[in-house]
Amino acid sequence: MKNISKKHSAAYKSIAGFLFGVGQLFEFSLRFLKNVFLPPYEFHEIKKHMDELGVKTLPIVSVTGFIIGLVLAMQSEPILSRFGAESVLPAMVSLSVVRELGPVITALIFAGRVSSGIGAELGSMRVTEQIDAMEVSAIDPFRYLVVTRVVACSLILPVLTLYVVFLAIFGGYIAMILSQGMSLQLYVVSVVEAIRFGDIIPGVGKTFFFGFIVGIVGAFKGYNADKGTEGVGKASTTSVVLASLLILVTDTILVKITLMIWP
Amino acid sequence: MAIEMVKISHVSKAFEDFVVLDDVSLLVNHGENLVVFGKSGTGKSVLLKCIVKLLVPDEGEVFIEGKNVHTISNAELTELRKNIGFLFQSAALYDSMSVRENLAFPLIRNFFFTKQEVEAKVKRALEMVSLEHAIDKMPSELSGGMRKRIGLARSIITEPKLMLYDEPTTGLDPITTKEISRLIRDLQNELKMTSIIITHDLSCAQIISDRAVVLDNGKIKYEGSLKELTASTDPFLHDFFTSDIIEE
Repeated sequence: MKNISKKHSAAYKSIAGFLFGVGQLFEFSLRFLKNVFLPPYEFHEIKKHMDELGVKTLPIVSVTGFIIGLVLAMQSEPILSRFGAESVLPAMVSLSVVRELGPVITALIFAGRVSSGIGAELGSMRVTEQIDAMEVSAIDPFRYLVVTRVVACSLILPVLTLYVVFLAIFGGYIAMILSQGMSLQLYVVSVVEAIRFGDIIPGVGKTFFFGFIVGIVGAFKGYNADKGTEGVGKASTTSVVLASLLILVTDTILVKITLMIWP
Repeated sequence: MAIEMVKISHVSKAFEDFVVLDDVSLLVNHGENLVVFGKSGTGKSVLLKCIVKLLVPDEGEVFIEGKNVHTISNAELTELRKNIGFLFQSAALYDSMSVRENLAFPLIRNFFFTKQEVEAKVKRALEMVSLEHAIDKMPSELSGGMRKRIGLARSIITEPKLMLYDEPTTGLDPITTKEISRLIRDLQNELKMTSIIITHDLSCAQIISDRAVVLDNGKIKYEGSLKELTASTDPFLHDFFTSDIIEE
């Protein structure tokens, strides 16, 4: 009986802790929204972070994008040929990567690479009192460190996604050459005919929100890190887990909404 | 008549059930150099952080030049902080910036100096701490003593009226400790700053301070001159300073 009540109280504690964390993250996001439109605008810092984040993730998303398209086409080709539908393969590959695979996989890789990086960087600044030093020097660390990074993440992820989509479609073309010897012209025509405006906008548009999630979660975990180096490590790992989870949940909601607008 | 720079009035602060500061009141006058002694964990750093609102006390008030730090607006607090320098125990240099950028950062962000003026001030501050050659180094390339000096240069570059030092000599060898202590004293004389210095180091205090305070269990145990403090027969104070006195 005692064990059951102990288990219950532990469960209540962890649920309460989770809800408290969600509340804090929400409050942190509101603080970001309050600050993002107020001057001084840190364009130089935002540009610097966009460069860094873009360069940091470019190699891994390049390889991933190309392989997604290649493998998707290779896997789908025998299945579609069973139904005599090989001709729709370019359309299927391009629509899959534009609407879902490209945005979500890029966002998850971005979360793994960037959210943990922001969490560790800000966490280390917190535990070594650099954030306090900034604050006491009359410089708002939230604006300088958090707002700039979250804006940079939100702006750079859609760009990276477009790049990944392009590479994935190219990967699909390579698979088509290998299996069917399809010409580039025919492949491009098939892809262009298949993709509509209503496929690109929601697909790439939602990565703006994914970028925001990656930035805000990493910054939240790092900015509130404590307990020395242990806290920095925790901020880094938990930010990846939470950001990935939130990306998937947000994706589900956004897919439902965009399907209502662009069925 | 002495003019108050910092007034700490009945400040208390606890972390969960652990009381760190318990009804602490203190006055620091313009141009005065106050040293705060105390065992580790007696709330010295917490007191310093309450003064600049890095921490908010549970009870009590803190005034700087007559302004209540914890009730003024954010804009007023920002203006107030432009006149405060803070040397952290770890120096808290910005890892991603070079020494030049570390020093220029508060000047560029808070004041309207030209590029040439900023450069001149950076060089002058580095000259004061005798580290002109380190201008293009990154913090990771500096030794502990150099980091403290650069931290000090960054704190005084805006020529603050109030300077707060959190254990400026901790972790340094005796020679560097004396060098840093003398440097702090010289800077105070040159810039006419008011200072609050937290330290365990009696030799550092002897070089820098005008007056001393001892914190014990969150309360002020002693307030007065350093000479009387070291001569005290109170068992706690005697024990606290004995080892240093013997070394002398």
